[in-house]
Amino acid sequence: MESNGRPRRFDPRGLVELDVTVPQVSEIDGTSARFDARDLTIRQINMELRWLLYEQGVTDVTVLDPGARHSLAVGILTRCKITFEGSLGYFGCGMIDGPEIQINGRVGWSVAENMMSGVVAIEGNAGSLTGAALRGGDIVVKGQVGARTGIDQKGGTIIVGGDAGSMTGFMMQRGRQIICGNAGHGLGDSMYDGEIYVGGKVASLGIDCVEGEWTDADTEFVERKFRIHGLGSPPALTKFVCGKKLYNYDTLEPSERKLVL
Amino acid sequence: MCGIAGVIYRNGGENRLGRDMTAMLQSMRHRGPDSTGVALFHPPREELVMRVKLAEGPPDNDLELQEAVGRRRREVPARLRTGGAQITGTDEVNSYTVALSLRYDGELKRLVDLVESVPGVEVLSAGHALDIVKDLGDANSVARQYGLDTYSGSHGIGHVRMATESDVDIANAHPYWAYPFSDVAVVHNGQITNYFQWRRRLEHQGHRFASDCDSEVIAVYLAQRMQEGMALEEAMKLSIEDLDGVFTYLCVTQDELGMAKDELAAKPMVLYEGDDMVALASEEVAIRAVIDHEIDTYDPYESQVMVWSR
Repeated sequence: MESNGRPRRFDPRGLVELDVTVPQVSEIDGTSARFDARDLTIRQINMELRWLLYEQGVTDVTVLDPGARHSLAVGILTRCKITFEGSLGYFGCGMIDGPEIQINGRVGWSVAENMMSGVVAIEGNAGSLTGAALRGGDIVVKGQVGARTGIDQKGGTIIVGGDAGSMTGFMMQRGRQIICGNAGHGLGDSMYDGEIYVGGKVASLGIDCVEGEWTDADTEFVERKFRIHGLGSPPALTKFVCGKKLYNYDTLEPSERKLVL
Repeated sequence: MCGIAGVIYRNGGENRLGRDMTAMLQSMRHRGPDSTGVALFHPPREELVMRVKLAEGPPDNDLELQEAVGRRRREVPARLRTGGAQITGTDEVNSYTVALSLRYDGELKRLVDLVESVPGVEVLSAGHALDIVKDLGDANSVARQYGLDTYSGSHGIGHVRMATESDVDIANAHPYWAYPFSDVAVVHNGQITNYFQWRRRLEHQGHRFASDCDSEVIAVYLAQRMQEGMALEEAMKLSIEDLDGVFTYLCVTQDELGMAKDELAAKPMVLYEGDDMVALASEEVAIRAVIDHEIDTYDPYESQVMVWSR
């Protein structure tokens, strides 16, 4: 295929820059590999990961010293295990489908944004917008998270060991969140559906977020998730759901108001 | 977008201040390549140091501007003397900036107004411990031009600017000095949406604005509150109620470094509190630029105000 005189190329893995050089600095041992990211650029780190996972048959990668850099391990679409020994910056592990990622450090804003499936486990704290537009898979944050956790969440589960900031679950449409600590103002504001479980205090509920009725299915779900991720026994939780008051637009237009009067 | 950073040392490290600020800001160059500025604190001196900008840039080949800058350079000391200040030292920082050491006991506002009555002249900072350095370009080029590598001090804040609502020039670059308060400066990331209301209100109370940038209103607002007798922390807490919009800002005084975040927590801030230093920045990479090992950090929450003393 030709476009503007240059050959148009297509790569199913979504590699835009096909010509970028892979550093190939990893120590590969069978199906596992490790490399030091200290002297690599963000792009080189991501290329190295892709090279290992897609072309070298590696399924378990350890990345040393990621240095809190942004946009690492994004768009990985295969089953694998990735361990980061250190903190990530913003937009880490975004748009992934399949990997189990362990981060032995902290993450910045928008971790695991739009994840389709897999697990992202974070040992430390996370910034705001954790799991924005999450569609599937589990995000486990051992520490605290910032504001707007699971904004626009469409599936999957977010588990937070500590506190969560304001507007947690803002506009979420499906999926579940378990906040073991306290939640900030505007919890579940304008949520459409899904469940938010909170262990601590809620500063205030958002618009159309109400306390829900606890069922056996909730107990089963929470206990299962805590068991899978080795989080011990869950704390006493309160369930919050959508009040469904915003489902129908009941404010009258001026012309309609006239008719009613 | 803009990036902000701050650092306060707890156990020595003072001789790294200029270098650390530069490294932190350079690592956030992608957040704002337009201009870079720092507000740094050295140990207080008896003299008052006034940093004065004579033009927006080097007068290079502009003969008229060269002449005007020459005139301003002569006129500023003359007005200082008229105002009752004794000039004990003059540091020609570059072809359009001068730092004057003064002995002066009177009201600072009067003296600054007198200096700024020279057309084209702006007082960048005034204080016994504060130096504000700001110019166009990234952190490394500003640091090179102003010799920041060797700057030694206890604490400071810095800013890289991506201009969104006002011009790209030195007047609109951060940090802002809290005119007419000596030794207070502010950097800000965000937008203040009730800027004009507060600007009008504060102008009626006699404050001057040197730029069209919404961030300047924070510095002047805090100055006004402190003039009313409030402590920095109290003034910052009140600012979260009074100022609308999205913001995370840092404020420094001779002894304190403060951070305030709006009630939406819309602008980032990463905080590291170690035994040796407290470091804050819009991104963790900036803190990692001066700390070469894994650190434990977190994001302060909405409406949070935190103040550290040196």
